[in-house]
Amino acid sequence: MPRLSESNLRIAHEIISRYPRAKSALIPLLHLSQEQDGYVADDAMKHLAELLDLTPAEVLGTCSFYEMFKREPVGDYRINICHGIACHLLGADDLIHHAEESLGVRQGTVTGDGISIEGVECIAACTEAPCLQVNYRYMNKVDNAGFDALVDGIRDGSVSVPKHGTLALTRQSISEDKAAGNSMVESNDPPAWWPEPAAAEGGN
Amino acid sequence: MPFEKVVTRRFDNLEAHKIDTYVATGGYASLRKALDTTPEAVHNEVKAASVLGRGGAGFPAGVKWGFCPPGVWPRYLVVNGDESEPGTYKDRQLLERDPHQVIEGCLLACYAVGLTQCFLYIRGEMAHAQERVAAALNEAYEAGYVGKNILGTDFSVDIVLHWGAGAYIVGEETALIESLEGNRGMPRLKPPFFPAAVGLYGQPTIVNNVETLANLPWIVEHGAEAYTAMGAENSKGTRVFAVSGHVNNPGVFEVEFGTTTFRDIIEGSDYAGGVRDGKKLKAFIPGGASAPWFFEEHLDLPLEKTAVDQAGSMLGSGAIVVMDQDTDMVKACHNLVRFFARESCGKCTPCREGTTWLERILSRIIAGHGRPSDLSLLTEVCENISPGIAWPPKQTTICPLGPSAVSPIASSIERFRNEFEDYITLSDRRVIPVGAA
Ligand SMILES: Cc1cc2nc3c(=O)[nH]c(=O)nc-3n(C[C@H](O)[C@H](O)[C@H](O)COP(=O)(O)O)c2cc1C
Ligand code: SF4
Ligand code: FES
Repeated sequence: MPRLSESNLRIAHEIISRYPRAKSALIPLLHLSQEQDGYVADDAMKHLAELLDLTPAEVLGTCSFYEMFKREPVGDYRINICHGIACHLLGADDLIHHAEESLGVRQGTVTGDGISIEGVECIAACTEAPCLQVNYRYMNKVDNAGFDALVDGIRDGSVSVPKHGTLALTRQSISEDKAAGNSMVESNDPPAWWPEPAAAEGGN
Repeated sequence: MPFEKVVTRRFDNLEAHKIDTYVATGGYASLRKALDTTPEAVHNEVKAASVLGRGGAGFPAGVKWGFCPPGVWPRYLVVNGDESEPGTYKDRQLLERDPHQVIEGCLLACYAVGLTQCFLYIRGEMAHAQERVAAALNEAYEAGYVGKNILGTDFSVDIVLHWGAGAYIVGEETALIESLEGNRGMPRLKPPFFPAAVGLYGQPTIVNNVETLANLPWIVEHGAEAYTAMGAENSKGTRVFAVSGHVNNPGVFEVEFGTTTFRDIIEGSDYAGGVRDGKKLKAFIPGGASAPWFFEEHLDLPLEKTAVDQAGSMLGSGAIVVMDQDTDMVKACHNLVRFFARESCGKCTPCREGTTWLERILSRIIAGHGRPSDLSLLTEVCENISPGIAWPPKQTTICPLGPSAVSPIASSIERFRNEFEDYITLSDRRVIPVGAA
């Protein structure tokens, strides 16, 4: 189902309406298709191109720049082990080595039951090194035993994280009656609260 | 001198992310106060507080706000929450633990500078921060603090939560804008130097870091005078530092800006508590992966912008990474250079090719295949990215990412040349552990 579903299409239109220019919604919409399918399919990119009045090549151009978008199915659980400098100093290389051994896969490949590991750059938890993310959920100060327990937990269902593709479980929603509305580039009106030019002298 | 916590003041309260708690602890009072005065008065207060930008460059926020060309509308605010500089861990905490404080900061900036739409760009990998901010924005809209006719006035602004998708370079402000326009996140050619002149959709745009904005509610509440009573001459107020690496008590600490020293924060029992396992300090990074390294002799320097700049490095993004006596400096250097090589956006040749070659050469040195000429080759490649290998770095590139890769190499080769030479001379006798390269 690589085109957006009815309900996701409604969300997509809501997202698009928040930007003065539709193309700005592209990255959020790529996330939305990845959330739906676990990856960004070619047909999904075509659909987004239709929605945003772009060419599929423009969509691919943006999509392919960003690390988080996967253009092929990648398994449900991605374990990103930080190998940034703080984690490196506290044993990230050993942890990655252990993870490869214990899962029996190399970085970037997927186990039969959909788990993969990858060394990634700093994930902004440096004081908690060595650390990792499972589908972008944090686990701090991980040792080898902790890693194995995590994998067991994923396998027996006791560790519950949303499947790969789903990021935030809470979405922003702006109801029509509360929205200030987009600031369109073409308008050139000063803000309603801005003082008359004479009064603003010496300010901006 | 006594100081009060500013941006982390609610961190002890685990409910602070909820609007009721935020309001009960003084939240949104600064917004009300600001709306009773003129935009100009708020702008002047922030200018007087001389808040230095916390995103890395340390440019005073109030001054930057003044760069918007008069009479050109609309103006936008883009909040930089892309936090990805290795070692940096503060913006995520501010977003997760006290999101309303950041939102209130955005509102104050919008009111003061006449910015009519705000985009809060959060790093893609930070799922929980996105959830906290989305929930906080929904609450704030509901309560009338954000959106149309805020608190019954004619101040109206939408704050749109936007998130990235994994690319360090998007933290550079013009790349951030490109990304927000739906493009590949590549920095724009300068000039214009400031997006305040030409930014999002070609309009005047203020880009500020999350922590910079988080300071504003306190400043409006207590006044610039109270803020500048804390800190040193060129570094006012307080600042958040993350201390990581080989220390007993790694953590995120808010300290008085400019008066606390590196020794205090690395060794102090209230702070990081000294190097682990009673070992000695070998080196530390004072301000994120891009910063030249400091050593024992720099410990008594204050965490103050001018002093650190003059000593040949920078406070950057407030990331202090400590390395103990047993650290393999060649590997540490390789680790940092690999980061820049991976994250180069590829737009300019010296950075794209140069960082890739630097990484490969370091990789082969570690793997035991180093050549005697490799050290001068490293230096030569560095010269091509940043002529003179000086500080602050000259650049042959569009943005400072390329030259940043030079910092760890220059620092480590100058100080620990023997470690590189050992790798090279011992190369064919070395036993290479699996996965070492
Ligand atoms: C390669 C590179 C990466 C950057 N990453 C970030 C970042 O993650 N967060 C940030 O706030 N600023 C980052 N900056 C600095 C921004 O370009 C910009 O100076 C800053 O967001 C301005 O906000 P401030 O004045 O409030 O500090 C980066 C700069 C460069 C050159
Ligand atoms: S210096 Fe590197 S990251 Fe910056 S614009 Fe050039 S290629 Fe891109
Ligand atoms: S280095 Fe691993 S989280 Fe920053």
